[in-house]
Amino acid sequence: MNSNSLVSISDISKEEILQLLENARYFEENPNHKILDGKVVATLFFEPSTRTRLSFETAVNRLGGRVIGFSDASTTSSSKGETLKDTIKMVSNYVDLIVMRHYLEGAARYATEVTDTPIINAGDGAHQHPSQTMLDLYSIYKTQGTLENLTITMVGDLKYGRTVHSLLMAMQYFNPTFNFVACDELKMPAEYKEFCDQKGIKYTEHKEFSQEVINSSDIIYMTRVQRERFTDIMEYEKVKNLYNLHNAMLDNSKDNLRILHPLPRVNEIDQDVDDNPKAYYFQQAQNGLYARQAIICRALNIDIKEVQKS
Amino acid sequence: MTGKKELAVAALQNGTVIDHIPASVLFDAVKILGIEKLDTHVTIGNNLNSNKLGTKGIIKVADVEFPEAILNRIALIAPTAVVNIIRDFEVVEKHKVQLPDTIVGIVKCGNPKCITNNEPMKTRFEVVDRQNVTISCHYCGHSVSNKEAQID
Repeated sequence: MNSNSLVSISDISKEEILQLLENARYFEENPNHKILDGKVVATLFFEPSTRTRLSFETAVNRLGGRVIGFSDASTTSSSKGETLKDTIKMVSNYVDLIVMRHYLEGAARYATEVTDTPIINAGDGAHQHPSQTMLDLYSIYKTQGTLENLTITMVGDLKYGRTVHSLLMAMQYFNPTFNFVACDELKMPAEYKEFCDQKGIKYTEHKEFSQEVINSSDIIYMTRVQRERFTDIMEYEKVKNLYNLHNAMLDNSKDNLRILHPLPRVNEIDQDVDDNPKAYYFQQAQNGLYARQAIICRALNIDIKEVQKS
Repeated sequence: MTGKKELAVAALQNGTVIDHIPASVLFDAVKILGIEKLDTHVTIGNNLNSNKLGTKGIIKVADVEFPEAILNRIALIAPTAVVNIIRDFEVVEKHKVQLPDTIVGIVKCGNPKCITNNEPMKTRFEVVDRQNVTISCHYCGHSVSNKEAQID
């Protein structure tokens, strides 16, 4: 087990989160930095994910490291029945860092237990995806200038959406106020509301995506409502357009409001929002590169302060 | 019934008596403790009258004293169980089982997409709520109460 592994956002402290954000800011200013010279990073994608994989691989390349890996498990020994343990142990012999995405929940945690090579979890089923959370935090920090005392409205699929759950957990240190906007079938699970209660985090629940909620928000975090999440298709048909955002709905919103979305979006954000300066989802995806550069350096125990001096 | 109670199962000279096991989980407790593999005298009673539980199960194992960590494995399903260590027909030690902080390799995770259901590995659960006896999978985070936990 390597203590620099990152499996879940709850593995790292407030101080470490803030340090990662500072480092992401540094990489945004200096994206090309040959600090991984001679290092080899494996990207093991047992489940395809183009955006996450390309952004991790770009991060390694911009830092001067080399990448090996696969983007589809069907071309690997796991399709012959090799266990995850054996694949991880084998790859550990070759590389300095493993970035992995897996369709099974808990796969990354297990991987950390079978090797001393650091592991970065790039998504394990519907469970954790900490680099997404870091880029969300960085996007909030960058656009608001702070993470403290913000009103964050989460909209859409709050039941299955792992990004909203991880963001909620990570925001615990920064005194947020949450608005949860969702239909009954997809509302925020009780365990996360209990988490808020325990931590003294203020939240309100809404079925309607109202002007009042929008106008009170500093951040609106949109998510996709997926048809396959519904047991009752009639119910889906009823709610599918209730949580869509149109440009006109932003007329009286706060100046500092920014719209985030983990992407891919379908129709929950209308194309007419894209040109509004409050739309931030494409830059958000770009911030993923800097956040991942910071996470990679943490995993390899590289002190950015030393790098800055040299 | 007055005076000295009649014993439902015969007394032991040396060994361990595990009493006050809820009747519904007796055989799970037998399985968790690995009692089927023992070759000493074992007496198992079930659906016996109990003032506390209504009906209870009891396990008597001759000439064996289990390590504490093994006995505590049944605390998840039988938090009321009481362990009596018998030496020369006397109870020399009597205590309740204690729920450990982590439970390794007894409970099957209820999440079919959990890594533990797809790799040859031991499960691991952490106790997240002692009062309601709720445990959470160390790997996928899936939580389950002791009443719903599937014993592997």
